[in-house]
Amino acid sequence: MSKTIVIGISDLNVAKSGDVLVTYALGSCVGICLYDPVAKIAGLSHIMLPTIVDFPNTTTAHEKYADTALELLLQRMTSIGAMKVRIRAKIAGGAQMFAAVNNSSLSGIGERNVIAVKKELLRLKIPIVAEDTGKNYGRTVFFDSDEGTMKVKSVNKGEWVY
Amino acid sequence: MALKDYSDLNDLQLDALKEIGNIGSGNAATALSDMLERSVSIAVPTIKVLDYNTVVENIGGPETLLVGILLSLKGDVTGMMLFLLHKEFAHMVLNSLIGTDFNEAVDLDEMSQSTIQEVGNIMAAAYVNAIASLTGLTIDISVPNMSVDMAGALLSVPAIYYANISDKIILIEDEFGHETKESTSHILLIPEVDSLQKIMESLGLD
Repeated sequence: MSKTIVIGISDLNVAKSGDVLVTYALGSCVGICLYDPVAKIAGLSHIMLPTIVDFPNTTTAHEKYADTALELLLQRMTSIGAMKVRIRAKIAGGAQMFAAVNNSSLSGIGERNVIAVKKELLRLKIPIVAEDTGKNYGRTVFFDSDEGTMKVKSVNKGEWVY
Repeated sequence: MALKDYSDLNDLQLDALKEIGNIGSGNAATALSDMLERSVSIAVPTIKVLDYNTVVENIGGPETLLVGILLSLKGDVTGMMLFLLHKEFAHMVLNSLIGTDFNEAVDLDEMSQSTIQEVGNIMAAAYVNAIASLTGLTIDISVPNMSVDMAGALLSVPAIYYANISDKIILIEDEFGHETKESTSHILLIPEVDSLQKIMESLGLD
C-alpha cells in the first residue's frame, strides 16, 4: 500500500516505492516537484518566499526560501539514492490570490517566487519539464513517486496532470 | 518593554487585545446585522499566537472553500484584516441583499463580487472605528479585495506577509454566523508587531 506524505507550508520531504507527496492549497507559494525516474525517488518542496538574502537576520527555517530549500531537498534525495543528473523538475503555484494588495512587499510575490525558483533550478542545473504557475487561484499538488506525475487540483478551475 | 515578537506579549496585553477584538467585532456584527436586517450572532473572540499550519487546521483544513475579503490597515496601526466567510454565510448575504445565489462551482458575477466586498468594507470600517476610538489612534483601511478559494491559499497571503517577522502569526479571531445556520465565519485582525506596541502604549499597557 502506498502512503500519502503531507508537506506543510515551508516544508519539504521525499518519497519512493509508490508513495505520494501532497501539499495542500498553494496560494502565492510555489510547490517544486523533483523526480529521478530511474531510482523512482520523488521530492516536494513548498516554499513561501524568493530569497533568504532579503532577511539576513533570520533564524527561521531554510525550507521557507526558494534559494535555500531546493538544495536541501536535493541533498535529501541523493542521500537515499537519487542521482542529480537524472533529476527533472515540475513546478506549480505562485498565484496572485487577491487582485490588488496595495503593499510593495507583497505585490507580485507569487510571480517573484516563481522567478526565484526558476533561477535556483537553473543554478542547480535541473531542467523544468512542466509548469502550472501564476493566475489567481489556489492549487493542491499531488506528486506520485511511481510515475513522477504531478496532479494539480483547484477549487473550480479544474484538475490537470503533468 | 518594546515588543519584538508576538510571543513577547504578556497576559494582560493579550487580554487587552481580546477586548479590542470583542468591541471591534461587536461593532462589525451590528453593522452587518443592520445591513441584512437580521440577527448576526457573534462568539467571544479568541486570541492566538499560532504557526500557519495550525491556523489553517483551526478553520477547517487547507482545502475548505471560503470567501476571503482582504483589507490592509494603514496609519498608526498597520497590518491586515481578513474576513473568511463560510459559503452558507456568503449565500445568505447575497440572498438578503441582492437576491442572488452563491454558487461555488462558477465565478461570482461583478454585482455579487462588489456586494461581498462592500460587506467587508462596512464590517472592517465598523471594526477599526471601534479600535480607533478606544485607543485614539488613526487607522485607515484600504479598498477590499475578494477571492473565493481554498482556506490555505487565502491564508498564505498574510502568512507570507509576516514570514519575514516571525514564523507565527497573531490572530485576533472572531467567529460569527447567522443564528439558525451552521455557517461560522471568521474575522482575523493581523497587526504588525510595532503596531501592537503603539496599541499597548495608547492603553498604558506597555
